[in-house]
Amino acid sequence: MALHLTPRDSGIITVVDASGRITLGDGSAMLRKTIRQLLEEQHTQIILNLADVDYIDSSGIGELVSGYTAVKSKGGELKLLHLTKKVHDLLQITKLFTVFEVYSDEGIAVRSFQ
Amino acid sequence: MAPETKHLEVTLETQVESVNLAEEMCLRLAEAAGFGEDECYRIGMSVREGVINAFHYGNQEKPEKKIHLAVDLTQDKMIIRVTDEGVGFHLTDVPDPLAEENLLSTSGRGIFLMRAFMDEFDVVKAQTGGAEIVMSKRLPGSGSPETNGNSSSSHGAPPNKEA
Repeated sequence: MALHLTPRDSGIITVVDASGRITLGDGSAMLRKTIRQLLEEQHTQIILNLADVDYIDSSGIGELVSGYTAVKSKGGELKLLHLTKKVHDLLQITKLFTVFEVYSDEGIAVRSFQ
Repeated sequence: MAPETKHLEVTLETQVESVNLAEEMCLRLAEAAGFGEDECYRIGMSVREGVINAFHYGNQEKPEKKIHLAVDLTQDKMIIRVTDEGVGFHLTDVPDPLAEENLLSTSGRGIFLMRAFMDEFDVVKAQTGGAEIVMSKRLPGSGSPETNGNSSSSHGAPPNKEA
């Protein structure tokens, strides 16, 4: 299933709703393009809503990390919201829970930037 | 009577589409062999990572090189081999993706995931000179746990790291 990314504004925060798979090829490339584009438009406080993403491979993980460091380098933050069980487990075994801030409530995620 | 073993072998092009193709093929075999949803996910992911490794690191994305995928279904396990036409690598040269200094690396988690998701995992020198990833998963209801991943009988030339 192809990856779809839909950015929306929530105050000064941008929430990107993702659905599909973040995998080698189009999925990873689309995530990279979307984050880079947001940064070019000076959107540096980003929440990636992964509620409808149930599959990420090592390439997708790499792209998440790449996005995290790109946003960080612009003085912003990339946080994750609504992980599915598979994605949750994947971040856990790869120790990326120690890197990303992860939320299960959008309101709390938005307020965490303040 | 000899136990029945099913063998499937396919040669894949060095292209991104081969990753999905290999995953789908092995998923169907795993489902047919009776694996449940979670185990199918782990098998599919491992095949995916094995082929990504062959595509990107082994064959260096060179279209003239091939990726060889073989699956054996024995009485008690599903054995998957992914072979590239690169120069091979030693498992001992693969950086630990869980090390503090590698956590923000954008690559280097493929081998780790295969090790985590399969019951047995190893990398050996292939006849092609490249790397042959060999991994297996016990069939549902068969046998006792085995060790995973650290038998390290790998050979071959120094790598281009790994996926």
